[in-house]
Amino acid sequence: MNRYPLWKYFIIVVALVVSTIYTLPNFFGETPAVQISSSRQSIPVDTALMGRVEDALKAQHITPDGLFLDGSSLKVRFRDPDTQIKARDTIQQALGDNYIIALNLLAASPDWLTKLKAYPMFLGLDLRGGVHFLLEVDMKAATDKTMERYAGDIRREFKDKKVRYGTIKRAGNTLEVQLRDAATLKAAEDAVARALPSLSFTSDENSYKLSLTLKPEEITRIQGDAVKQNITTLHNRVNELGVAEPVIQQSGANRIVVQLPGVQDTAKAKDILGRTATLEVRMVSDDQGMMAEALAGTVPAGYDLLDELTPRGPQKILVKKEVELTGDSINDAQASFDENGAPSVSINLDSTGASIFRQVTAENVGKRMAMVLVEKGRAEVVTAPVIRSEIGGGRVQISGSMNVAEANDTALLLRAGSLAAPMNIIEERTVGPSLGKENIEKGFHSTLWGFAAIAAFMLIYYRVFGLISALSLGVNLFMLVALLSMLQATLTLPGIAAIALTLGMAIDANVLINERIREELRNGVPPHSAIQAGYQHAWATILDSNITTLIAGLALLIFGSGPVRGFAVVHCLGILTSMFSAVLVSRGFVNLWYGRQRRLSSVSIGQVWKPET
Amino acid sequence: MEFFRIKRDIPFMSYGRLTTTISLVTFVLAVFFLFAKGLNFSVEFTGGTVMEVQYRQAANLGDIRDRVDALKFGEATVQSLGTSRDVLIRLPSRQGVSSAQLSERVMGALKAADPAVELRKVEFVGPSVGEELVTHGLTAVIIVCLGIMLYLALRFEWRFAVSAIIANMHDVVIILGCFAFFQWEFSLTVLAGVLAVLGYSVNESVVVFDRIRENFRKAAMRNKSVSAIIDNAITATMSRTLITHGCTEAMVLSMLVFGGPALHGFAIALTIGIVFGIYSSVLVASPIALWLGVAREHMIKPQKPKDEAVV
Repeated sequence: MNRYPLWKYFIIVVALVVSTIYTLPNFFGETPAVQISSSRQSIPVDTALMGRVEDALKAQHITPDGLFLDGSSLKVRFRDPDTQIKARDTIQQALGDNYIIALNLLAASPDWLTKLKAYPMFLGLDLRGGVHFLLEVDMKAATDKTMERYAGDIRREFKDKKVRYGTIKRAGNTLEVQLRDAATLKAAEDAVARALPSLSFTSDENSYKLSLTLKPEEITRIQGDAVKQNITTLHNRVNELGVAEPVIQQSGANRIVVQLPGVQDTAKAKDILGRTATLEVRMVSDDQGMMAEALAGTVPAGYDLLDELTPRGPQKILVKKEVELTGDSINDAQASFDENGAPSVSINLDSTGASIFRQVTAENVGKRMAMVLVEKGRAEVVTAPVIRSEIGGGRVQISGSMNVAEANDTALLLRAGSLAAPMNIIEERTVGPSLGKENIEKGFHSTLWGFAAIAAFMLIYYRVFGLISALSLGVNLFMLVALLSMLQATLTLPGIAAIALTLGMAIDANVLINERIREELRNGVPPHSAIQAGYQHAWATILDSNITTLIAGLALLIFGSGPVRGFAVVHCLGILTSMFSAVLVSRGFVNLWYGRQRRLSSVSIGQVWKPET
Repeated sequence: MEFFRIKRDIPFMSYGRLTTTISLVTFVLAVFFLFAKGLNFSVEFTGGTVMEVQYRQAANLGDIRDRVDALKFGEATVQSLGTSRDVLIRLPSRQGVSSAQLSERVMGALKAADPAVELRKVEFVGPSVGEELVTHGLTAVIIVCLGIMLYLALRFEWRFAVSAIIANMHDVVIILGCFAFFQWEFSLTVLAGVLAVLGYSVNESVVVFDRIRENFRKAAMRNKSVSAIIDNAITATMSRTLITHGCTEAMVLSMLVFGGPALHGFAIALTIGIVFGIYSSVLVASPIALWLGVAREHMIKPQKPKDEAVV
């Protein structure tokens, strides 16, 4: 009686070992590090870069504590924050602008733990400090912009097909085209059906009016694209801030969450996120003489000497000051393939942009044009293709010596010039680093003292069984921390509160069991049977009460937001681990302790009072 | 050591009339305060900006108030937060002024007086977000209630399910009533605490119901009346009820003492919730179940051989 088969002990031991391993990283703390990642897909982070960083640091007599490649980024550890900052400046100088160099904290756990993918718990912003923004994308502006583009497309299409029309009016998501007679109405319908399949249309035969509306799936697509493009733009801007682990995610249909851990200068962060970068199309001068002059230091009047971003690093290029076209005219830029199957970038211009572009290309066949991205007063040439022929229709394709990654980069940079739709900050939370540290401390102390009080009481009241209950509660805490570290779920202050509360509630199972055993003993049942019966009777109750609590926890998880969800995740996980530890693990301890003794005259579960009969 | 040396079953059910009156009175009072005073919703629900700043030495609240008012951002409240060095500044949300400018300008004004002031926390919430939170919070409450009722109805009996939920809602309303009466700030974290109480308090009722069901099935109890069976069940679980709640309360009190202002509201909600949780599951849920007419037949009928093995 009261013996576990070997496999049950085995499960307990495995669970304990695994939780110990995954809890360990939380004890090692963190070391300062510099994280280097590439700002463009086409520039890889590889061992060659590692060599360059090493050499640069050696030249400045800085010895890193460790240097390793982790996915798409290179991480370099340092002894202290001073060295870290010095090293960051050194690396920044050595590598230039094509890399994002950020300060970071890395787990100081030994390599074998990191190889097992055991990381410390992922702390939320309220625990480590940083900024949280919730941005709302103005969807009406996004659809309006698209409707304007379609209006332009229709005008162009009608002009090409020589359909004579009166006016094009826009009312919300509807375009109304006034035509002259039935024949032109028919021709207009055909033209629209062929050229713009994403629009659905109805025609009024009496007044010769054609109404065009966006199909519902098209509206969803536009809005989805708008959010995606804004996220991309935000990514580019955040990269500039040098944040080690930014979170930029879609949240709901039209919202974007931006979390920047460790960022203290919120004013700068907001400034950069809200900035509008501009893209300009300007002509390039390939005149050798003027180029030589410019390189010598005297840039000719009316020209700028700019950097062109190429996969081989920045190269100087001489560009006219005069702006032919701005990024406002660019509706979209996508990586694509040209007719020969080579990677290319397709640009879609609006109607005004298209006519200007036709004129510019007609006048400059054989010359190069530069796409210049101007941000914070600094101009950079994204790409500078040669014009082969006049380009009309507003569909531009840039192709040439580029691979797929480079095409993606270029398209991204062209799009980065603009947001698909304006955004508003609807929620902002800033937590200073000192407050974050205090929150961790306070949460830790609450849990520690609460745990100590419970353990002390259990020990006094239930003796050996109390010790076993306290031990299994400890195991519960261990397993919960291990699970959180394993899942890398974000731990927030409400999450710590949930750990404390879950422990406070988990002891319930052990109290139930212990009280049941006492009751059986009171009724004169021999010790071994009392333990058996106590666990058996208590199990149904424990299951019921935990399931009802779990129902509440799951509802919180699904419907909660922000702090509520942070609480719910930990709470639900805690209920699961507590069922395991309170029942299986505590029984394991009991069986180890008492199960060995064939004849048990008494168990230490505190005084069992019997009413006098 | 044994705290509870109860010789005879305590006749809880005979106090039914008294406890129901007490419950009704507190409930009505809570509802009254909820409507009369309303909840003091935090910025997460109402929208607006909250800033937490820390000074090196004791802050001069009057001076801070004057400086913030001089910026003309509307009705601002300035209060100390825990210590005399920590100050909480609350600003209503305003059209046209972005949160970015707001907090920057307030900090600028404060820094002009004392450059050592440190910005600890800024929270800005737009007005639309708040409305959503209220809807989501209410949906969560309804889903929790339905889920728990369904489970209890399947596992026990609908009468138990109904009485458990009534007892529970009674706890939740009383917590809310306390928050309204004392005008404590009702934040999202407090909401999480209230919803946790919902799960926790049911827990308690389940333990008692479990015992009632077991008693119904016991041969020795066959001749007892329903109220005697319930009295016996409550008495038998008394000591576990108080010990468990005492332990949970110890944890919550530890949060109240060591957790600082961020966990204060959460801990208070749970403290009230636990105290009323004990009371309501023992003295509200069971009388209601009795009043709804639970009987032995309800428990014995669905008896399957499988259930035998468990209980």
